[in-house]
Formats: sequence, structure tokens, C-alpha cells
Amino acid sequence: MPIAQVPNLMPALPEIFLACAAMALLMLGVFQKPGPEEEIKTARLISYLSVTTLVLALLLVLTVSGERLLAFGGMFVVDPFAMFFKVLALIASATAIVISRQYLEIQDIARFEFPVLIVLATLGMMMMISANDLIALYLGLELQSLCLYVVAAFQKDDARSTEAGLKYFVLGALASGMLLYGCSLVYGFTGTTGFEGLATQFHGAAGKSPSVGLVIGIVFILAGLAFKVSAVPFHMWTPDVYEGAPTPVTAFFSVAPKIAAIALFVRVMVGPFGDLVAQWQQIVIFISIASMLLGAFAAINQHNIKRLMAYSSIGHVGFALIGLAVGDAVGVRAILVYMAIYLFMTIGTFTCILCMRRNNRMVEEIDDLAGFSKSHPMVALAMAVFMFSMAGIPPLAGFFGKFYIFLAAIEAQLYTLAIIGVLSSVVAAFYYLRIIKVMYFDELTDSLDKPIGREMAAVLVGTGLVVLLFFGFLAPVVSGAEGAAAALFAG
Amino acid sequence: MDNFPLLSLITFLPLVGAGFILLVRGEDEVVKRNARSVALWTSLITFLLSILLWINFDTTTAAFQFEERAGWIPAFNISYHLGVDGISMLFVLLTTLLTPVCVLASWESITGRVKEYMVAFLVMETMMVGMFSSLDILVFYVFFEGTLLPMFLIIGVWGGPNRVYAAFKFFLYTLAGSVLMLLAILAMYYAAGTTDMPALMAHRFAPAMQTWLWLAFFASFAVKVPMWPFHTWLPDAHVEAPTAGSVILAGVLLKFGAYGFLRFSLPMFPDASVQFTPFIFSLSIVAVIYTSLVALAQEDMKKLIAYSSVAHMGFVTVGTFTLTLQGIEGAIYQMLSHGVVSAALFLIVGVVYDRMHSRDIATYGGLVHRMPAYALAFMLFMLASVGLPGTGGFIGEFLVLVGAFQVNTWVAALTAIGVILGAVYMLYLYRRVIFGKLTKDSLKDIFDLSPREVAVFAPLVVVVLWMGIYPVPFLDVMDASVVNLIDRFEAARAVTATLAGR
Repeated sequence: MPIAQVPNLMPALPEIFLACAAMALLMLGVFQKPGPEEEIKTARLISYLSVTTLVLALLLVLTVSGERLLAFGGMFVVDPFAMFFKVLALIASATAIVISRQYLEIQDIARFEFPVLIVLATLGMMMMISANDLIALYLGLELQSLCLYVVAAFQKDDARSTEAGLKYFVLGALASGMLLYGCSLVYGFTGTTGFEGLATQFHGAAGKSPSVGLVIGIVFILAGLAFKVSAVPFHMWTPDVYEGAPTPVTAFFSVAPKIAAIALFVRVMVGPFGDLVAQWQQIVIFISIASMLLGAFAAINQHNIKRLMAYSSIGHVGFALIGLAVGDAVGVRAILVYMAIYLFMTIGTFTCILCMRRNNRMVEEIDDLAGFSKSHPMVALAMAVFMFSMAGIPPLAGFFGKFYIFLAAIEAQLYTLAIIGVLSSVVAAFYYLRIIKVMYFDELTDSLDKPIGREMAAVLVGTGLVVLLFFGFLAPVVSGAEGAAAALFAG
Repeated sequence: MDNFPLLSLITFLPLVGAGFILLVRGEDEVVKRNARSVALWTSLITFLLSILLWINFDTTTAAFQFEERAGWIPAFNISYHLGVDGISMLFVLLTTLLTPVCVLASWESITGRVKEYMVAFLVMETMMVGMFSSLDILVFYVFFEGTLLPMFLIIGVWGGPNRVYAAFKFFLYTLAGSVLMLLAILAMYYAAGTTDMPALMAHRFAPAMQTWLWLAFFASFAVKVPMWPFHTWLPDAHVEAPTAGSVILAGVLLKFGAYGFLRFSLPMFPDASVQFTPFIFSLSIVAVIYTSLVALAQEDMKKLIAYSSVAHMGFVTVGTFTLTLQGIEGAIYQMLSHGVVSAALFLIVGVVYDRMHSRDIATYGGLVHRMPAYALAFMLFMLASVGLPGTGGFIGEFLVLVGAFQVNTWVAALTAIGVILGAVYMLYLYRRVIFGKLTKDSLKDIFDLSPREVAVFAPLVVVVLWMGIYPVPFLDVMDASVVNLIDRFEAARAVTATLAGR
């Protein structure tokens, strides 16, 4: 009989690979020649290598089998649900690095730490997505958050950027504290932190009302998670951080961490607390409605396009949370489809925003886009496609995201939620249209810089085609999401 | 011909043309010329193909013809399903007829961004044809909403001074109506388990549910028709849109709503339709009388015709909900003739607008002295709009009134007032613009229709007269389908009555 058995770490292979690769990249960066010329070269090299690393990790994720596998004593789980979200998060991170290179070089902040931090944050996200224990959840969340705080303040000579980083850090720490406090309460009332253990305890307790302390614990966890997905009423940091952070960082913030946090949100709520749905459904419905309405109305008066995108992302989270409010496999499937579409729309939009330069300086007022369709017809067309898609107009991708969300809401007979949802999407359509109006209807005043750069064009073409032609490959995405959602409810 | 995807070809050929235009590169002038001719040829070929549709159409059956089906989202039982019957086939033809007319009408008046303009019109054509020929409710919705994108850009980019306001109003009004319809579609899908329209027509929804579904569909269609009091977007959109945009709006987009009533509300929610018939009648009568009076007071030619459209569509909704053979056929006929006539009237306004850049009636007067051919064309379409026997407008209004008399004398009498008012405001308009002495200096050297403009109006003149003099070919097409619609409606009502009586 062996004294110690080597645990099976294969399920966590992508994460382990990513961790080692991040360290190696860090070492590689540190041991390069110093000097400003060299620094840019190093940054470029590490960027390319980081993207390669993320792509390799993506391939590794896909090779891990589609069954439900546990590792680290059940704290880490790999299932189709995790795979789906990991693929999304990895795509988001890799594209974020690709579109950031040009910006960082123009702003003179091209440093090799940036891609490494993104890789580390991605590692945290993947751990969040695979968390199967309250402790593992917190570890992943913090690894991610710490990297994000740093990249938010990456433009360290810029007051807005440092303010954004600090604000994000203080509020993020508060939210993490609430989350941790909630976890401790749950542990105190149940005696376990493992998701399976919690699920067994609550199983069959659906009819009875649980103890007050436990409910308070769940509410604290919910609040912490709502902060991470920037849902109302825990959204206050979002506009400031989105506006202040360097634009590629904002692009990254609005997709990858959000996708990971939504995954975590879903896993925690329907996994261990699935049988207590009566306790938290009301809260999620409220959060969802408040987010949709605030996202729709508060964005109307924004002039800064990054700030507008912040409110837009709050609104989108509200829509995605409808799926969670439904709380069954249909709802989760809708969330998966929605987040996949959201990823491509948002990355595409931010790529367009990153193309907004005048005399080699970034501009970010919506009015700066006046006449954009004359000076950059193709970029403007792509932007128009993304905006119409965000507004949910068929046949673009965004429509199908909303379609599945509302289908879930109708099936669960949450009619009020669905009606508020569609009406707020009409209000939101107004400000998406406003951007199109500025680009197409207003006269060209002062042209923005050309050309936009090859990698930006490639990302634009890729995301644009996905959004435009999504109706063509709807069936495989939906069946993938279906499998992923089913996996969550099988266990 | 059985397996040949003719409908898909008609639907997507314009899109191919649009893609082709996007690829055109080179000198500015060359690009413009090429874009125009590609758009014209694509839409003409599409029109010829749709004639094939009519030739091969079997008028003896009410079943859907030229059906095509392909899996789209198999897991959800949603498929790409196309087909036409007697109700929708003629609308496909109307669309394919008006698009080349629009392209030709914009030949010289549109000088900026010609490439994008032509692309927008071809995309528009795809969406409109797809909407009329889809037999899956989700496919229908995609095309229905898809029309918003090109129309928003057409009004906003190439429109008049107040175009931004008009474009936003048009877009948001329509979107607000149709998202509610989307929820209804989802609820229907959930209840019936399919989005296939023939299957949904056979499915019986619970009466209480019918009421809500009917209202949700009404929200969308009433805005589209438009019915009073949801019509306020229309005058703005029409006035600000470029001429061809108004033509498509009045000619085809307004038909979406009434077509929707015929395709969804009547066959799928018969009980609710009966319940809401008085409501529809009231709104329609108000629309007919009130908007006719408003039209009388207009100083802007396009606005006047826009209000007259609301009044004419009031006839259509009255006819639709009479649920008599004459009423429904009259409504469809009225839609077709209004599609041609109002399109022609907007083109008529466009002709003088291109020359004088003013839509004010006061700018004109005595045009008959300088523009005899123009005056003749205007008179013909004006009389068709009034409903003079011998023009298409007469047949439609007559049949609607015959249908209305069978149901309710008061409804018929009040609707008939609209006919008189229609004559008043149209003749008044004609007198002010065409007759009188040519006193204004600016009009002294205005020239008559150019050969291109004659080519624009000629097909419309032929169609209007043909529809007025020999309506049988058109009525034959719709006959079987309308009879079938009424039979099924009566059967469904009978089932409800027995259930209620038990």
C-alpha cells in the first residue's frame, strides 16, 4: 500500500499549464535587455507569446473530456459548463491582448507585465469557473481581482487611470469582504464549504424555510457576486472604472471577468443553493430588473463612449440574469448563449472604440465619431452592426441572445420580468441608435486617424462576421449550450 | 419546377446584388454608375422571377405553394420555411414591382453615397419579400424587424432637414410594438411547441390566452398599419424620407400590419378577433374621418398624402375585420391598389420636389401649362386614390363597403364618408397644384417629365388601370385562400360556441 498517492491533476491541466507559462513569461520578460527600445520589443514578444499561451490553453481545455471530473479533493470541477465558459474567457483574454498592443505603444506604456497580468487574471477566471468549493471560489476570485486592480491603474501617470484602479480596489475589496463573510456564515450554519456537501444538505429541504443566518449568508454571497458582475445596486464602480481605465483594459473588463463572474454566479446559485431557489429568486429578479432599467435609462445622457458602454454592460448583465432568475436548465442555456454573443459584440465594439484616434491621441467622446462613416466606411459599418446587434435587432446575433433569454422567461411564466425586459431593450435601443446617428447622419468635422492597423482590422472582421452571420451557426452553439447547461443540473 | 427554390431565389437575389455593389471599387463616378445599374438590373431580374411565381401559381387551391423547408434550429423545432398562398403572393409581386421603380426614381435625385443607398434598397427588398413569404413565425419576425435597419438608414442619411427625429421616431415606435409581439411569439411557441405557421393556424389557443396574444400582435401591427392613434410616426417619416423611401414605406411597409392581421390575428386567434372587432371598427372609423379632415388642412404635399394613407388603411382594417368574402378581398385589393397609387403619388410629389426643392402646396399652381404630361399622370393617380370607377382604388373601396354593409350599416355608412372626404382633399390638392394661372416666376421654366420619369410612371399607370378595368386575375389569385380563411374561422368559432354552450 503506497504511503501517499499522487492525485489525478489531469482535469486541471489547462490551469496548471497557464500558471507555469505565466511564470515563465514573467522570467523571460525580466531577463531581457533594459532600455526603452528593448522594452517595446520585449513587450511585443511577450504579447505574442501570451496570446499563443492562451490559445494553447484553449486547446487543452477542449481536450479535457466532456464528463464531469473532480480534482484537488473535490474543490475543482471540470464539466461541459466549465468548458463552455473557459473557452469564452480564453477567447476574450486573447483578443484583449491582441487589440491592446497598438494602444499601449501609442500611450507609451507598452510593458511586458501587461500581457502577463492578463494571463494571470485569466488563470483566476478559469479557477472561478471551475470552483466547486467556497474556498476555491474565493481563491480564484482574488487571483483574478488582484490582477485586474493592477491593470486598471496601468497607465500610472494618468490621474484617471490611477483613480480607477484605486476605486476598483477599495470597492472590490469591500465586495470580497462581503462575499467572504457570507461564505463564513454559510459554513457556520452548515459545517461544510464544498458545493456537493451544501447541495446534499439543502436537498429535500426545499419545503422548509432555512435558518435566518443561512439566508443572510446567501444574501451576502449574492451581494459580493453582484458586485463582480456589476449588477445594480452594486454597479457604482463600473462607469468610473470603465471610463478611467486604459481602453483595452476596459475592453478586457467588460468581457472576460464578467463572463467568469456570471459563470460563478450561475454555478453557486443553481449548484449548492439550487434547492433554496425560493429564497434567492426574488433577489435575482430585483437585481435583473434594476440593472436592465438603469442600464437603459442612465446611458441616455452619456457623452463618453466608454461610460456609455459601462451602462450598456450593466444592462446586458441584467438581461443575462433573467436566465438565472428562471433558475432551470432552459434559463442557464439562455445565459450561455447570451454571454457567447455578448463576448463577440463587446470585443468588436471596443475594437472600434480603440480605432478612435485623432493626431495619434485617443478620443472617446461620442461626438468625435461624427462623419465616421465617411472617413472609415468599413469600421463604421462594423460599429453599426455591433450597435444594432446590441439593440437586439434581427437578424444580428444580439437578437438571438435576447430571444433565448425571453423564451426562458416566458416558459417560467415570469411575464412581468419579460415585459420589463423587452421594453427596457427598446429604451436601450435609443442610445445605440444615437451612436449610429452620429456616425452616419452627422457631417464629418474632423477626421479620425487612418489606417487602423492590421490586427485591429482582423479582429473587427472576425467579430463582425460572427455577429452578422450568427443565424447561420445558431444550431451548434445552442446545442453546445444545451449540453453545458444540462451538465450543471445532472449532478 | 417542383424542387426549384424559386422563393428563396427571389428573396435573396437582391442581397447578392447588394453584396456585389459593396465590392465595386474605383473612381467615384464609375462607382455611382455601376451601383445604379447593378441595383436596377438586380431588381428587374427579381421582378421577372416573381412574374414566374404568378404564372405557375395554382389558383384552385388554398394551400401554400412553392414551399421550401430547411432545418434551422432542429433542437427547437424551428425551421426555415417559405411558401406563398393567395394572400401573400400578390404582395411579393407588389414589392418586386416597386423596388425597380424606386431605384429608377432615385437615379438622379440621389447624388451622395449612391452605393450605400442602393445597398440599403436591395437589402430592404430581401427583407420585405422574406417577410411576405415566410411560413415560420420566427423567420417572419426576423424579416419583419430586419426592415427597420435599412429604413432607419434611408430616412436618416438621405432624408430631409428633420430626418434624425423622424428616423428615431419611426424606429422606436415600431420596435416598441414588435418586441411585445416577440413575447407573444415566444408564448405561442411555448404553448404549441412549434413556430411553424400552418401548424400554429391549426392549433387552438385557450380563449383567455388568445386575448393577450391578440393584444400583443395588435401592438405591433397597429403601429405598422398605422391605425389611429398610433399613426403619428407616419407623417414624420414620410415627410422626411427621400422620395423612394416614402414609396417603399407607403407602398409596402404599411401593408405589413394589415397582412399580419390576416395572417396571424384572424386565423390564430379567432375568438379574440371577434371580441375586438368593435374596437377595430371604432379606431378605423376615427382614422378614416379624422385623418381625412387632417389631410384637408395640410400645406405640405407629402404630409397630405401621408395622412391620406392612414385614411385608406382605415378602409383596409374595416374590410379585414368584416370577415366576409367581399370585405377581406376588398381589403387585400385596397392594399394592393393603395400600394401602387400612394407610391405613385409620392413619386409625383418627388418629381416637382426634384425641380423646385419644395413640398409646399403654395409654391406651386398652374403647373398644367408647363407640364401637361405630368398633370395627366397626377390626375390619373389622384382619381385612383379617390376611388373613381375604372381605377384600382374603386374596386377595393367598393368591396370593403359591400362587406361592411353585411355586418353593420353604421360602420359602412361612416366609412363611406371617408370616400367623400377623400375626394375633397385630393381634388383640392390637385386644383391648387395643377390648375389656375401660372403666376409664380420660379415656375416659368419648369420642364415636363423626362423620359426616365415616364419610364417610372408607365408601369404604374398600366397597373392602376388594369386593376380598375379587369380585376379578375387578381381576385382569382386570392379567392381560394380567402374562402379557406373564412371557412376555418367559422369552424373555429363554431367549436368555441359549442364549448361555451355545454
